[in-house]
Amino acid sequence: MTKLVDISGLNIRFTGERTVYAVNDLNLSLGDGEVLGLLGESGSGKSVTLRALMRLLPKKRTQISGKVNVMGRDVLAMNDEELSSFRGQTVSMIFQEPALALDPVYTIGAQIAESVARHEGKSFAEGRARALEMLEVVRIPSAKRRLDAYPHEMSGGMRQRAMIALALACRPKILLADEPTTALDATVQIQILLLLRELQREFGMSVIFVTHDIGVAIEICDRVAVMYAGQIVEQGSLRDIVRSPVHPYAKGLLASTIHGAKRGARLETIPGTPPSLSERPHTCSFAPRCKLAEPRCVEQLPPNVEVGPGRVARCVLAEAVTARS
Amino acid sequence: MSETNISVAMLEPVEDVGGVAQPLLQVNGLTKHFPVRGGLFAAKRTVRAVDNVSFTVAKGETVGIVGESGCGKSTTARLLMHLMPRDTGDIIYDGMSVGQSLSLRELRRGMQMVFQDSYASLNPRLTIEESIAFGPKVHGMADGAARALARELLGKVGLVPANFANRYPHEISGGQRQRVNIARALALSPRLVILDEAVSALDKSVEAQVLNLLADLKREFGLTYLFISHDLNVVRYISDRVLVMYLGEVVELGPVDQVWDSPAHPYTRALLAAMPSSDPDSRTEKPPITGDPPNPIDPPSGCRFHTRCAFAEPLCANAAPKLTAVDRMGHEAACYMAIPGSGHSRAPREEIA
Repeated sequence: MTKLVDISGLNIRFTGERTVYAVNDLNLSLGDGEVLGLLGESGSGKSVTLRALMRLLPKKRTQISGKVNVMGRDVLAMNDEELSSFRGQTVSMIFQEPALALDPVYTIGAQIAESVARHEGKSFAEGRARALEMLEVVRIPSAKRRLDAYPHEMSGGMRQRAMIALALACRPKILLADEPTTALDATVQIQILLLLRELQREFGMSVIFVTHDIGVAIEICDRVAVMYAGQIVEQGSLRDIVRSPVHPYAKGLLASTIHGAKRGARLETIPGTPPSLSERPHTCSFAPRCKLAEPRCVEQLPPNVEVGPGRVARCVLAEAVTARS
Repeated sequence: MSETNISVAMLEPVEDVGGVAQPLLQVNGLTKHFPVRGGLFAAKRTVRAVDNVSFTVAKGETVGIVGESGCGKSTTARLLMHLMPRDTGDIIYDGMSVGQSLSLRELRRGMQMVFQDSYASLNPRLTIEESIAFGPKVHGMADGAARALARELLGKVGLVPANFANRYPHEISGGQRQRVNIARALALSPRLVILDEAVSALDKSVEAQVLNLLADLKREFGLTYLFISHDLNVVRYISDRVLVMYLGEVVELGPVDQVWDSPAHPYTRALLAAMPSSDPDSRTEKPPITGDPPNPIDPPSGCRFHTRCAFAEPLCANAAPKLTAVDRMGHEAACYMAIPGSGHSRAPREEIA
């Protein structure tokens, strides 16, 4: 599989009043036509990683090092002009809160048409024709009328569909989705997930899907990377991660979901809270909360252990797993 | 309350008047409509936020309320707490009505609430200890005693008092703040705690910790919970009985296992089917219903679900079906398909008496 996205040794640090080591030594790749899930809790660095891919982080307060290659181009070296044609055309993004991501003073049709005109050099009228086509693709009822609707005139599910239409209008190769269904009602969430799954196949896109909800990841992802404290602690195929997680954090996260838990029985929990990220991790970040921590876990960074084909876990325990198999 | 091993003085809980058989909370025909200001010449419209909702909560029980945004779950909670006036309906706490045999002050002592936004519900200028001690002081406890109680309760919710008592809300994490909110609710020795999306904003691993804590506190303090959430997994885990709400009305209620195993209302079935799968090999293939929930301003006539229901027939748009028993275990649904002889083609035949 060719790599559309190849991130290696990515470090992201926010400076200012206090320094936050948001992402540390992250390696990640995305194949052609693949849906990759970034799974983790708040503050684990999943959204920051996604934003770095499009260089959306505030320039002044962010220090990025490492390599970010998208379709053979070095994203970190792009100038403003290159970036603005790269965004929307090669890589596009949808957000959690469409009400905030869409421009409130332009109609949906105008926003999509503008993006088509800007990226493909088409006329505004051609852009509007594409907008209508896109609203039909995302199954907005009476699309023609909705072209002239403002974002506030639409319901939450409809707005999310409109944002997907906007993101896909220039046929990007890669779609970045930052918790796009979290703010939606349950019956709407499943509709949007199924729509994204269908469009991904239809357009042959690759998708990176950020979520904290394992159920959502199960519905849409082929491969999953579990993040903790700015690092990927385990990655592999969705099936492997869900059925037999290796890293204790991934195990704990899966066990603490309430799905199917018996009433009255105690829930499995991960004690404690995530670290503050105020310094660069030089030991295992999860060790203070880990039941299986050993002295060597707090002496040095755990190695990235290849547990199987395409499956990596950042834990000393993973060495035992590979030794057995 | 007898087995509580709290070493400091707590407020006396509101007396148990009715005994075990008396439901702790009885709600009859609770209704709240909000007028919406249109333009100058626009027709007056109303949001039917809560419409003729009735249910009971037995002592020691956990009742869950589920539904999507705009279904009236939170308005119901606020009406119960008397945080806003109701239009009509009765709220009876342990056989007593507020304003008659029970003062508002006593009701607030007997019933406390934990909100979804853990930060917005704490005063940013008070330390955690002061926030928890505030309620007991209002109810006449001396400052020293109230602070001692606050520290004791902090320990009960799993926060070491020495580390947390003097911190401010912005200095602690979301999960810890929600523990503080729970401690503050418990400071008045309530018998009923309303949890309005209390764990929804928390990360999964923290959510599990708080749910375990709620189970412990319930046992230790003999509490009754009204648990409001949009997360069906959580509601199923914690509740004994459950109410399903849609656009301001209760469409189904009953013991949680009955409702989950044999949902009688098509909306409940859709909600359950909309939960993401937990098995990578059996993903959801078709959305159970299409479209968004309609606007609660001027909701559809008749059964409010008929606009999204696959089984809707003309009678569904005419008149609203009433909650009707579907079995003998207290399982009720408001759907013509569950009412024998209702005239719906899928209704069970009328029983011959």
